Amino acid sequence: MSTPVLGRAPSRERWNGRLFQAVLLACLGVGILVLAVLLYDVVTTGAGRFNLDLVRNMPSGRPLRAGIQSAMLGTIWVIVLVAAMTVPLGVATAVYLEEYADPARWWNRLIELNIQNLAAVPSVVYGILGLAVFNRALGFGGSVLAVALTLSLLVLPIIIISCREAIRAIPTSIKEGSLALGATRLQTVWRSILPNAIPGTATGAILALSRAIGEAAPVLLVAGGLVFITFNPEGVLSQTTVLPVQIFNYVSRPQEEFRVVAAAAILVLLLILLAMNSLAIFIRNRFHRPW
Amino acid sequence: MAALALALTACGGADAGEGDGDDTALSGTIQIDGSSTVAPLSEAAAELFQEEHSGVNVVVGTSGTGGGFKKFCAGETDISDASRPIKEEEAALCKQNGIAYEELTVANDGLAVVVNPENDWATCLTVEQLKKIWEPGSKVGSWKQVDPAFPDEPLKLFGPGTDSGTFDYFTGEVNGEEGASRTDYQPSEDDNVVVQGVQGSKGAMGYFGLSYVQENEGAVKAVEVDGGDGCVAPSAETVLDGTYTPLGRPLFIYISDKALARPEVKEFTTFYIENDESIAEQALYIPLSDEQQQESLDKVKSLSGTP
Repeated sequence: MSTPVLGRAPSRERWNGRLFQAVLLACLGVGILVLAVLLYDVVTTGAGRFNLDLVRNMPSGRPLRAGIQSAMLGTIWVIVLVAAMTVPLGVATAVYLEEYADPARWWNRLIELNIQNLAAVPSVVYGILGLAVFNRALGFGGSVLAVALTLSLLVLPIIIISCREAIRAIPTSIKEGSLALGATRLQTVWRSILPNAIPGTATGAILALSRAIGEAAPVLLVAGGLVFITFNPEGVLSQTTVLPVQIFNYVSRPQEEFRVVAAAAILVLLLILLAMNSLAIFIRNRFHRPW
Repeated sequence: MAALALALTACGGADAGEGDGDDTALSGTIQIDGSSTVAPLSEAAAELFQEEHSGVNVVVGTSGTGGGFKKFCAGETDISDASRPIKEEEAALCKQNGIAYEELTVANDGLAVVVNPENDWATCLTVEQLKKIWEPGSKVGSWKQVDPAFPDEPLKLFGPGTDSGTFDYFTGEVNGEEGASRTDYQPSEDDNVVVQGVQGSKGAMGYFGLSYVQENEGAVKAVEVDGGDGCVAPSAETVLDGTYTPLGRPLFIYISDKALARPEVKEFTTFYIENDESIAEQALYIPLSDEQQQESLDKVKSLSGTP
């Protein structure tokens, strides 16, 4: 606040302020209400099948024996691979763009524009790309690797953007102080910038990975349709399926019981997401330093 | 590659004698793709087969009959699920790519025409009446236009999307040309959506696989169909004995000869036919009749598979 408020605002203005606050609260309420209804519905539907058998059993056409083991392990394989590929690449790109790239050069501006646009491309488009390039041209088929590469492309722009935001949020005095003390550019990046960018980057990266974990559309394309797989992935070239696809598979079956299994599988997916978000919050609090 | 295929052929030949039942550790991955109608059968077969042969991985995809044949004829899959026989142009594509194959009947399917349970007038419809309702450009919007004896209830139509084998089958049999249908109906690839639609409106009508009727008894009512020889109710018996015409059909799998030369594929195929009854039951289809099963089994046994 640069200008101090003198006296009391006219009552009309105060009333407007309260109205605005109420509207904001209502907007928040809509989101929370929808989430609550969704959670309630999924929990009440899926509770009956939410037990160890669910993760112990393989997908099955027999509703009472249906589980999600291969899909759950597929999801874990894929997400670990996505994280291993996107986080280093995304952070490196962000550091280059923020610290090294000269914004006056046209190619740097072009890269920047492309990243902003890529973040807005619908996920199914990446699915088509993944099918053509990773599945067909490179011959990975519907493997863990092909799925992970496709999802990596999908979330990489999000990670780059969030990491850049985190770097920009570091006060310039820290960077300039480091340089003034005689540190090289590499030392400055490595010891001053990166450690301070961890909280923001971690939050962005986990949110991006959470998005990747919930995607069904691109996986449907890359993995070759609504596949039914009853074996666990044994390596990055194993054919695989992921939880969202398995959930889709279950809800499209005629027997009512599969809807219960699908709801239980959604609960498992939500738990994995919750665990990832908790990790993000933990990292943010652990590394957060007030300036 | 050729040497590998030859080695595998040799294996297949050696195993083909009396290999059933023994614990020879089969391994490999069998790629299946195709019709979403046939997929539940192949999935059930895969699941049961893997209980006995844990070393064999079976992947079942659902790209639709046409999409499945495209992959099959490009040599990407070993077995193609099909809810109709292969088309000429698809066969030509296979031939062009040097893919020889065998066709096996694996189960029987019936299409059911369903109406709302409160609909007490339409108990039997002739194929002509169905055609009048569903043919391209049809302007029938009320039940009264189908038959003057019916009430003036607005007709709401639901059906599968154009990618579905069910759509091809229904339009081919009823409208006389595959893919020819009026377009102002509510299409959905998900048969459950059709059930919900028909359930929700008194004048509604839709069509899908017979298994969905049994699963949704009470929600929708199946109509008897008159194919020229009187009204026949859709059921397992009438589909099998061939009286439920023209909406009863066989379902197929196509196996490439190259794949059949692999012992695990041959074993899987034999298993598929031998255990047809439990597989069809699990997938909610009508099992093969004894003759059909024997015929398919003889066919598999006689196939040595050529690379």
